[in-house]
Amino acid sequence: MGTMNQKEFFELADQYLRGELSAAEKAAFESFCAENPSYAAQLQQHRDFVANMKETSQRLDFKQVLANSAKEYHKSQCTTTKVVPMKQSTVISLWERIKASSLVAAVVAVFAVFGTLWLSGYYSNLEKASSDYSALRRDMNNVKKNVNAHNAAIKDINDKKSVKSSESQFGATGFMLTTDGYVVTNYHVISGADSIYLQNGKGESYKAQVVHTDASKDLAILYIADKNFKKAKSLPYTFKTSTSDLGEDIYTIGFPRDEAVYGQGYLSSSTGYAGDTIAYQISVPVNPGNSGGPVLDSRGNVIGIISGKQRGIDGAAFAIKTKSIMNALADIPSDSLTAGVKINKKNALAGLPRTEQIKRIQDYIYMVKVY
Amino acid sequence: MSKFSKSVLLENDEQIIEGLKKGDSLAIDSIYKRYYPSISHMILQNNGSEDEAKDIFQEAVIVLYDKVAKGDFELSSKLKTYLYSICRRLWLKQLNRAGFGNSDISGYEDSLFEEEDLQQHQELEKKFDQMELALEKMGEPCKTILHDFYILNHSMQDICEKFGYTNTDNAKTQKYKCLQRLKKIFFSTD
Repeated sequence: MGTMNQKEFFELADQYLRGELSAAEKAAFESFCAENPSYAAQLQQHRDFVANMKETSQRLDFKQVLANSAKEYHKSQCTTTKVVPMKQSTVISLWERIKASSLVAAVVAVFAVFGTLWLSGYYSNLEKASSDYSALRRDMNNVKKNVNAHNAAIKDINDKKSVKSSESQFGATGFMLTTDGYVVTNYHVISGADSIYLQNGKGESYKAQVVHTDASKDLAILYIADKNFKKAKSLPYTFKTSTSDLGEDIYTIGFPRDEAVYGQGYLSSSTGYAGDTIAYQISVPVNPGNSGGPVLDSRGNVIGIISGKQRGIDGAAFAIKTKSIMNALADIPSDSLTAGVKINKKNALAGLPRTEQIKRIQDYIYMVKVY
Repeated sequence: MSKFSKSVLLENDEQIIEGLKKGDSLAIDSIYKRYYPSISHMILQNNGSEDEAKDIFQEAVIVLYDKVAKGDFELSSKLKTYLYSICRRLWLKQLNRAGFGNSDISGYEDSLFEEEDLQQHQELEKKFDQMELALEKMGEPCKTILHDFYILNHSMQDICEKFGYTNTDNAKTQKYKCLQRLKKIFFSTD
């Protein structure tokens, strides 16, 4: 083959690489390359270069396909993911827009509601409603105790001892339910009591125990468990469970102080505090200590038991109806009772003048002392 | 869109690799559909944006293509794991470049796609870029003549007719000149 120029060589090289040469030509070309190492190197370089071109071209094609696929994919992702968040974002953007104004609206609403309630006196009413009922038990010996405590404090002032506040004592009224020693009073009188003593008009004092309580009706049934206690023959008064009429002449005896105090008046309403149907409203002067006192009508029937009064209203006292007492008695589990409870049916007071009635019942009404 | 609503997806790794070799778009679609979400998640979790995730994933597919195109590629793990590994390496590299410190990389020493693989990829990328650039610079008709002859394997006769040369010798001379120019551009930019 001798010599050839560059152009001829590359033409042959191309044909050789593409396999277009005949067997003889191919052999001649190969031997030429073998003889001329510089051409062999050029052939090698040319082969690599062409391969590089091919690869680059294929890679470009691949990149093109890849770019298309990527575009398609992200587009499809966008359209599928956008559908859902679009809704969200409208809600969110709506919220963003109205956030400030809705906060203002909420604040205004809160002020409006509570302001109106306050202006209309709702809260003062509430306070009144929850506090204008006062239970009529009496703090006993308060003044004396305070003075004693004061003196003790002055005495101990140098010792720097802490002065214990004295436990409070209460006094109220209770009356006999049966001859064998059951006495009724108010629950608020004896709640939290350490010990309970009953003292009658003669000054005899008996220890009593609580047999039954009913906080919702404000009733407590006590039993005199004292060996010095002598059972009475019979009670002079009876219990009237049917509802009494308005205007009924009534009276009570209680212990707002250490002596029995008589009070009289009339039945003013058939319901009690705030429409309470288990109680009457009565118009009788009552004071702390009257709690638990019997309310009798003119014929000597017990129609109720004094429980409290309404503050700030003249002559509005309340008495729990006898029927509730009877229900409370019936509620006592039979094993708590030492004997069957017998309710007196025979009235020994009817027709007697008031002073005579009082004399007869006085012995059955007790001052309840709670320690 | 319609392309993706079809449920024709290549399921196994070998099919995908085979398709990738041929530049089959179905294989690429399958790769996207199956692996993009988890990788995008990984990048978004690591200070990346959605666009960065797209770029990283695309580059990872190219890396995979380069490996496959070389012909001697063998998958030593699940394709998903491998792709994930590539993406993680690429992303860490990018984070490092952005100045996020390089302490993270050491934690991935067991990675399937090593640092040297990454360097290899970058060299390859450079080589291809150079050729691409050279072809681009050459302009017409040289680009088409060389493309027709070397890539599409058209005969000189066809090229002669297509470009209106009076005889094949003229065409051959033209092709030779084009080739020389391309080589000159390619090697001068080295």
